[in-house]
Amino acid sequence: MSIDREDVKRIAELARLEIPEDRIERTARELSAVLDYAAALRRLDLEGCEPTVFAGLGAAGPAPLRADALDDVRRLTPETALAAAPEHEDDAFLVPPVVENLNP
Amino acid sequence: MSGADVWRLSATALAARVRAGDLAVADAVESGWRGPAAAWEADVHAVAHTDPGARAAASSAAARDRRTAPLAGVPVLVKDNLCTTDYPTTCGSRILAGYRPPYDATVIGRLRDHGAVVIGKGNMDEFAMGSSTEFSAYGPTRNPYDLGRVPGGSSGGPAAAVAYGLCPVGLGSDTGGSVRQPAAFCGVFGLKPTYGRLSRYGLVAFGSSLDQVGIFARHAGDVAATYAALAGPDPHDATTRQTPAPDVSRWDRGVAGLTFGWPANLWREGVEPDVVEGLEIAAVALERAGARRVAFDFMPGEYAVATYYLVATAEASSNLARFDGVRYGFRHDDAPDVRALYTRTRSAGFGPEVQRRILLGTYALSAGYYDAYYLTAQRARTRIRREYEAAFARCDCMLMPASPTLPFRLGEKTDDPLAMYLSDIFTIGANLAGIPGLTVPVGLTGANGRPPLPRAVQVLGPEDAEPVLLAAGRALEVGGDTIRLGAAHDTEFAWPTKR
Amino acid sequence: MAYEAVIGLECHIQLATVSKMFCGCPAEFGARPNSNVCPVCLGLPGALPVTNREAIDAAIRLGLALGSTIRDVSVFARKHYFYPDMPKNYQITQYDRPLCEGGALPVRIGDATRSFALIRVHAEEDTGKSFHPERHGDRQVSRVDFNRAGVPLLELVTQPVFREPAECAAFLTALRRLVRWLGISEGDMEKGHLRCDANVSIRPAGTQALGTKSELKNLNSIKGVEKGITAEIARQERVLASGGTIEQATLLYDADHDKLAVMRSKEHAHDYRYFPEPDLPQLAVDAAWLAAARERLAELPWTRAERFAAEYGLPAYDAGVLCDQRELADYFEEVVKEADPKKVSNWIMTEMLRHLKATQRGVSDWARNVPPHHFAFIIRSVETAQATATSAKSVLDEVFANGGDPASIYAERGIRARSSSDELLPLVRAAIEENPGPVAQYLGGKTATLGFLVGQVMKKSGGQAVPQTVKDLLEAELARRAAAR
Ligand SMILES: [Mg+2]
Ligand SMILES: [Zn+2]
Repeated sequence: MSIDREDVKRIAELARLEIPEDRIERTARELSAVLDYAAALRRLDLEGCEPTVFAGLGAAGPAPLRADALDDVRRLTPETALAAAPEHEDDAFLVPPVVENLNP
Repeated sequence: MSGADVWRLSATALAARVRAGDLAVADAVESGWRGPAAAWEADVHAVAHTDPGARAAASSAAARDRRTAPLAGVPVLVKDNLCTTDYPTTCGSRILAGYRPPYDATVIGRLRDHGAVVIGKGNMDEFAMGSSTEFSAYGPTRNPYDLGRVPGGSSGGPAAAVAYGLCPVGLGSDTGGSVRQPAAFCGVFGLKPTYGRLSRYGLVAFGSSLDQVGIFARHAGDVAATYAALAGPDPHDATTRQTPAPDVSRWDRGVAGLTFGWPANLWREGVEPDVVEGLEIAAVALERAGARRVAFDFMPGEYAVATYYLVATAEASSNLARFDGVRYGFRHDDAPDVRALYTRTRSAGFGPEVQRRILLGTYALSAGYYDAYYLTAQRARTRIRREYEAAFARCDCMLMPASPTLPFRLGEKTDDPLAMYLSDIFTIGANLAGIPGLTVPVGLTGANGRPPLPRAVQVLGPEDAEPVLLAAGRALEVGGDTIRLGAAHDTEFAWPTKR
Repeated sequence: MAYEAVIGLECHIQLATVSKMFCGCPAEFGARPNSNVCPVCLGLPGALPVTNREAIDAAIRLGLALGSTIRDVSVFARKHYFYPDMPKNYQITQYDRPLCEGGALPVRIGDATRSFALIRVHAEEDTGKSFHPERHGDRQVSRVDFNRAGVPLLELVTQPVFREPAECAAFLTALRRLVRWLGISEGDMEKGHLRCDANVSIRPAGTQALGTKSELKNLNSIKGVEKGITAEIARQERVLASGGTIEQATLLYDADHDKLAVMRSKEHAHDYRYFPEPDLPQLAVDAAWLAAARERLAELPWTRAERFAAEYGLPAYDAGVLCDQRELADYFEEVVKEADPKKVSNWIMTEMLRHLKATQRGVSDWARNVPPHHFAFIIRSVETAQATATSAKSVLDEVFANGGDPASIYAERGIRARSSSDELLPLVRAAIEENPGPVAQYLGGKTATLGFLVGQVMKKSGGQAVPQTVKDLLEAELARRAAAR
C-alpha cells in the first residue's frame, strides 16, 4: 500500500477534512489502489518529456495581460458581495475568532 | 408539425421558426416542459434547478432580438456548474446548497446574446467528479432509454434532457470525458472543444488545465451552431486562445478525401462487443461517404487514466480549497474556531467521492511526493500529447470508443472508484492533450432480451479540428447504418420509449 | 562567547496601480468594506484571474533598478494555506520561476555605500484583512473585509547579508526611497504599503555555519524592524547562553511593549503544495517590453547623486539628500538653471526641507507656491547683495505660505540690502546708546555681546542691513568709545 493511516491523517489535516477513525483504513486502501494503478507511469519512457503545465502549451501562446484599468461592470456592491455569506453584518463577513494575523 | 411537437425540432429549425415569427419564444421554451418533461422528468431527474418565472423572464428578454438571433428562442439546459444569475449553481453539492452566483458565466452570457434561453440547471456528479451522475447531492439522474441504468456522467443531467426531448441543446463540462461519455450513454452528440476555445470563466473549476465546456445536441448542425455562438477569446479567461475560433459553418461539407485513424489495438480486449460493432458500423459508413481508413496501433488508455487521476485530483484539491463556509454556501453550525469551521464545513459539505479526490490530489502535491506523482504525471502528459501528435500526422481524425461499455446499471460501480475511473479510459486522453473530441451516436442496440440502448463512437482530432469532427459526425448522422436520416431532417431522432 | 547575527529580509511592496493584480477592482485604500470586490478577488466559484500588465511592468522596473535578471518566461504558482482573509485559500504568487532574480540594492550607511544582495523579486496578490475578535452576543467573532484581496504586491527577498539591525533599517529606508523614486509604491510602512519580515539566526563570531533561524513578523515601521531584530538577537543569545537550543519558530514583535511572542513552532510548519497556476499561462516578457521599461526607468537615485556631485560640484552628502526624492532632485535641477548650485543646495537643505518637515508637506506642495524661478530669484537676490539673507528668508517664508511673486514683494516693500555707513551709522549709535549694559560688558572684555548688538541694529534696519557691515561699524564705534574713556 502506498498510503498508510498516518498519511491519510496528515493529508486530511492539510486539506481541512476530517476522516472518521473507522474510515481511515478504508480511505488508505482506496487511495492506495489509485496510486498503485498510477505506478504504471513508471513503465512509460519519459526521456525528454518536459512537464506539460498548460494544456495546448505553445500553440496557446503566453498569457494575455490586462490594462491597468477599472472594471466597474463586474464590481459588486457590498450587499451583493455579502448576499451568499453564511454570516455577515455591517458590510463584513463574520467568522469565528481569528487570533492574530499569521499570513505567511 | 403541430405546435405541441415543437420540442422535437432541432435547435436550428426551431430558431428559424422563431426568427420568421411563426413561433413565440415562450412556446418554444415551454414546449419541452409541457410535452416530454411531463412524461419523463420525474423518473429521469435530469434537472437540478429550474423556475418557471425565471424561464418566462429569460424568454421575454430573448424575444426582444428574436428576428436576428442565431439561436432565437432555443431552450438550453446547462450543467449545474455553470454560473447563472437566474438559477442556483450548486455543482450537485451540499456545500453550495442554495448558492446563487452574482454573475453569469461567459458561455451563459453568449447563449443569451445569441437569443437562447437558459431553462434551468442540469444535474451532475458532485463537482463533476464521477461518470454516472449518481454522486449528486440532489439524487441520481437515470438513463431515459432504461431507467435502471445510468446516463453517464458527470454531465448526465443535460445529456438525458436532450435525449428525452426537454431541449435540443445542453451544455456540460468535460474534464475527462464528462460530456462525451454521457452523450454516448444517452445517444446524443457531445462535443468537447479544443482546450481554450470555450471560455471557462464562470465554469466552477475542477481540473483547470483539463476542463472545457461541452455541447450536447441531437444533431450535428446544432452542435455546430452552438459552437459558433460560444467559441472564441474571452478577456476574462487567460487560457482562451487569442485567435478566432475555427469556422464550423461548413459542418455539412462531407468527408470525401478525409482520412480517419483506426487504432484497433485499443479495443481488442476490455471493450464490449456492442461497442466494437458500433465502431465497425461507423468506419464503414465513413468509407462509404468517401473517407479512408488508416490502421495503426495507439498507446493504451491506462497511461492516460493514471496521469489523469494525478493531474485532475491535484488541481481539484486546489480549486476546491475555496469552499470553506466563509463567503458563500453551506457552513457547519458548530464552529468555535476557524479550523473547526473549515474542517467541519468541508467534511459535512463534500460527498465521499469529492473528499477522496481532494485527499488524493493533496497527497500528490504534498512535500516529498510532488516529483514522484504530480511532476511525473505532467511529464507523462507531454508524452501522451506527443502520441496524439504522431497519430494526427497520419490522419485527419481518429475513431475511438466513447466508453468501453454500454450504459451500466445504477449502483454497479459506485463502490469501486477505480472501476468507475476506467469508464473514461477512451476520453481522458483528449483532455490531457487539449484536443477536441466528438461523440456521435450510432443508433440503438438491443440484444438478449435487453432493451435497446444507445451506442456511439468518438471522433478525435488535433487542436482546432472541430470542423473535421463535425463533418465526420454529420456524415455518420445521415449515412450511419442504424439511424437513417434524410439530409433535410429536423425532427428525426432515436427517441427513447418509456419503460 | 561572542555571537554574530545573520539576517535576511523578506519585504512586501504594495503597488500603487489603479486596479488589482488579477481583476479590475480599485486597488485604493480606505473604501467601504467589501465594496472594492468582484467575483475574481472574492474567490467566487468559476472566476478566473487575468494579470495586470502595469503591475508586471512595475516589477520589471524595480528589477532593472536593482540589476536583477528579468526572466523572459516566468510562471505564477499557487501557494496553499487556509486563512479566512484569503478568498481562494491559495495565493497566486511566483515560486520556482520568479520574474526577477539576483541583483542588489546600494545603501548609503554613514559615508560609505554598501550593496546588499538579493535573491529575488516576484509579483503576487495581497490578502484581505481580518480584524481582531470582538464580542458578538455570547461568542467572539472576527470581521473580514476583502477590499485589499488581490491588490498587487511585489515580494523582495534578500540574501542573508545583514549582520546588524541598523543595516536592515538603512536597507528599508533605501528601498522605500527607491520604490517612491520609481513611482511604483507609496512605500509607507505604517500604512502597510511596505511590509517586512526578518529571518534571524546567530552563530559564534567568526564561524560560517548558519544557526537555526526564526521568522520575525509584524515589524510595521522601520524603527520597529531595528528594535524587533535587536530584541530577537538578544533573545537567541540568552537561549544559547543558558545552554538551550534555538527552535525554528515564527515570532510576532509587539512594538508598543518591545516584546516578542512565539506564534508557531516547527510542528505547525506549512506544506504550501506549490504548483504552477493553471489559470495563467506563462508570463512572457519580450525584448521590446524590457526596452520600454528601461526607457521608463529614467535615471536611478544613486546614479543621479553621482552626477549631481560631478556636474554641480556638490559634496556627496548634499547630492545624496537632493536625490532622496525624485521630485526634489527634479526641483533642484530646475532652480539650478538660474542660481549657483552650492547655494541652491544650501537653501534647499536648510530652508526648504526645514519648512516641509515643520509643515508635514511635500515637494510638490512647495513647488506649487514656490516655482523654481521664484526660488532662484530669492537666492540670487542675496548673492547680488540686492537683499540680505534675513529679508530674503522672510520673503521666502511668505511665498511658501501664500504664494506670490517675490520680485513684486521686494518692490512693494522696498527691500534692498543697506550697506552704506551713512545710512547705518545712526542706527549703530542708537543701539549703543540704548544698551549701556551689553556695551559695558563688551568693553569689559566679553566680546560675545557683539552678536546681541548686531541683532539690535538689524532689527532697526528692518532686516535690510548687511550684517558684516553692521559688525564692522559696531566694532569701530565701540573701539572709538573705549579709546575715548
Ligand atoms: Mg509573499
Ligand atoms: Zn475584483
